[in-house]
Amino acid sequence: MEKTRPLWSNPLQFVFACISYAVGLGNVWRFPYLCQMYGGGSFLVPYIIMLIVEGMPLLYLELAVGQRMRQGSIGAWRTISPYLSGVGIASVVVSFFLSMYYNVINAWAFWYLFHSFQDPLPWSVCPLNGNHTGYDEECEKASSTQYFWYRKTLNISPSLQENGGVQWEPALCLLLAWLVVYLCILRGTESTGKVVYFTASLPYCVLIIYLIRGLTLHGATNGLMYMFTPKMEQLANPKAWVNAATQIFFSLGLGFGSLIAFASYNEPSNNCQKHAIIVSLINSFTSIFASIVTFSIYGFKATFNYENCLKKVSLLLTNTFDLEDGFLTASNLEQVKGYLASAYPSKYSEVFPHIKNCSLESELDTAVQGTGLAFIVYTEAIKNMEVSQLWSVLYFFMLLMLGIGSMLGNTAAILTPLTDSKIISSHLPKEAISVETGFHHVGQAGLELLTSGLVCLVNCAIGMVFTMEAGNYWFDIFNDYAATLSLLLIVLVETIAVCYVYGLRRFESDLKAMTGRAVSWYWKVMWAGVSPLLIVSLFVFYLSDYILTGTLKYQAWDASQGQLVTKDYPAYALAVIGLLVASSTMCIPLVALGTFVLHHLKRGDAAPVA
Amino acid sequence: MLWLLFFLMTAIHAELCQPGAANAFKVRLSIRTALGNKAYAWDTSEEYLFKAMVAFSMRKVPNREATEISHVLLCNVTQRVSFWFVVTDPSKNHTLPAVEVQTAIRMNKNRINGAFFLNDQTLEFLKIPSTLAPPMDPSVPIWIIIFGVIFCIVIVAITLLILSGIWQRRRKNKEPSEVDDAEDKCENMNTIENGIPCDPLDMKGGHINDAFMTEDERLTPL
Repeated sequence: MEKTRPLWSNPLQFVFACISYAVGLGNVWRFPYLCQMYGGGSFLVPYIIMLIVEGMPLLYLELAVGQRMRQGSIGAWRTISPYLSGVGIASVVVSFFLSMYYNVINAWAFWYLFHSFQDPLPWSVCPLNGNHTGYDEECEKASSTQYFWYRKTLNISPSLQENGGVQWEPALCLLLAWLVVYLCILRGTESTGKVVYFTASLPYCVLIIYLIRGLTLHGATNGLMYMFTPKMEQLANPKAWVNAATQIFFSLGLGFGSLIAFASYNEPSNNCQKHAIIVSLINSFTSIFASIVTFSIYGFKATFNYENCLKKVSLLLTNTFDLEDGFLTASNLEQVKGYLASAYPSKYSEVFPHIKNCSLESELDTAVQGTGLAFIVYTEAIKNMEVSQLWSVLYFFMLLMLGIGSMLGNTAAILTPLTDSKIISSHLPKEAISVETGFHHVGQAGLELLTSGLVCLVNCAIGMVFTMEAGNYWFDIFNDYAATLSLLLIVLVETIAVCYVYGLRRFESDLKAMTGRAVSWYWKVMWAGVSPLLIVSLFVFYLSDYILTGTLKYQAWDASQGQLVTKDYPAYALAVIGLLVASSTMCIPLVALGTFVLHHLKRGDAAPVA
Repeated sequence: MLWLLFFLMTAIHAELCQPGAANAFKVRLSIRTALGNKAYAWDTSEEYLFKAMVAFSMRKVPNREATEISHVLLCNVTQRVSFWFVVTDPSKNHTLPAVEVQTAIRMNKNRINGAFFLNDQTLEFLKIPSTLAPPMDPSVPIWIIIFGVIFCIVIVAITLLILSGIWQRRRKNKEPSEVDDAEDKCENMNTIENGIPCDPLDMKGGHINDAFMTEDERLTPL
């Protein structure tokens, strides 16, 4: 007797779960950066091409595998080929690493959210120094938003080696973040299915509100025009294409096993082709939408800083030459400078080194990605808006929704294979089931409750590492290396496994029997040929990049200078990086080898009997 | 004779108040920046008010309660608006020490700012650093209060969900036993009355479909 698998209450829950998982923080803080770096509007060309050639086929493949095999990643790949269950295990390991460090972002979002209920916002003013005659030194050298991020939130140490202790404030926020995730997953698909309605839709509401606010800000059009003006020559830059492919790949969350887990809870007749197209289109559309919002915010911030710079220069000149207050404006500044240079040459040459060259382009050119964009640049723009508390609360609430939506997918990727294997292992005899049916259910549900609680607890405990003073440096290590290479390898093996080990024709007939629809030639060509080639080229590119760069470096915050400095990783950090990559990629060959050996031993035992 | 005295006084005045003189301070006002359209013009009446405010501040210092407006001297007024000032002693021969003037101005900066509708950024006394107002520091940081509220809500929600799950399972435990009793009665009755065996209806050997079991509301207790 088989326990019937829990199902999504309706297909909409499945679509929302996939959207909620795929649309995450990367759409908000990575895509705008890439768009800006690689040619603005013209970056959309490689992006859309990669979406059609790489994103949609691979997404359809994962959803189809999950829906067909009706098991989590480990069971699904074991069904395809017993030698390939290592792929599933590698997925679980990578998901485990991801959930360890990803929830720290939610903790930071909680921290900022709780601090948004103050007037003035704590990151808008510098704290005073000891004798109240001026502002704190570190804050003066950097800016108040950078100070709040590096000193008050992270309390970052000057280098990776100086560990510091666990900071209790971020630790509390991390605990809360894990409790919230546990709350969302403890009833399985029943609770997850309802939560994803919110985590998928609320970010769009906030983005729309921000779009309206962003477009009406002073200087927003500067940002939009500058960023979206296509720079066609970037199309010839191979890095643009590589980054477009990478962004599509990671943004959809392929290879973690979450999509397989979600699809395994589908009705077998579900039209996953339609859903794959919808989800990938919505994901890309959200990236573009979020970048419109981001660029208008950039434009506002750059214009604000530019006008401030002009005001400072005007004030300096007014004070030095005792000109009438209010005489110097942005329009006559150059004229007056010329006049002063000719009329008072000695005085002017004295003050000249202090006059900054204010340029709107250089303000717009500051391209930031990642936590720096979310927690420094955005907060800087928010503090200059009216009713900044409201905008701050909305923004961090949206970040939370995006982050928790992705965490639900991550935990599903870990828990589904674990509970699947427990169902198989705790297969009770028929008599016990028939008499004690109710008890069996309590046992099963209680086991699931305990497993999810245990996973959350272990991740929370390990995640405390990221709340230490050097925690942000470890976070960057995990962020850059835990998932990148491994995922490429996992998805490559997945595609090859389905097409060549399981057999493309067999898979196609399975899908036709399951959904009632034939698989078009386009998907078959992509799965068998184009997508694996793309992934191989990405893989080669990344490997060569790592090898060519030599020693890996990281950015450390120097409190005395108030800016980031580049440092080399110490040996043990490099060892951790190696371990991260190896522990997931080595699963595939090791398990294949192990299964091969076991098979041989069994055949060796069976032969004399037969 | 009077003219001679007058010239003598202005000469001394000129000596005491000079840019860069000992115990002299430079003041800078940015009226248009602060008030925009409502900016007032800087004239001799405003200067008189300024002298009055400085004299008022000096009067607050012990031993200087006799400072008069005429003891405050202004000079080098520019278009900026900026000027230098000194405070002399009652004999008008010496200027008061810079430290005393500094302390007096610092203590009463808010009053002086208020008299001119300006603030620390728009009314600057160079060389006199203003005491910045410390930010409001409540005893319990606000973020902890909000954190506590959300934390409690989440804990309560988790407990409720876990408990309601246990209660649901207990209710499901009771129902199959009730259903079995009714089925037994049916079995006995049917075999007796109709001779139709109820074995096919025996739920104990059948398969239980969980998709229906979870929907308690639809199952009517028999």
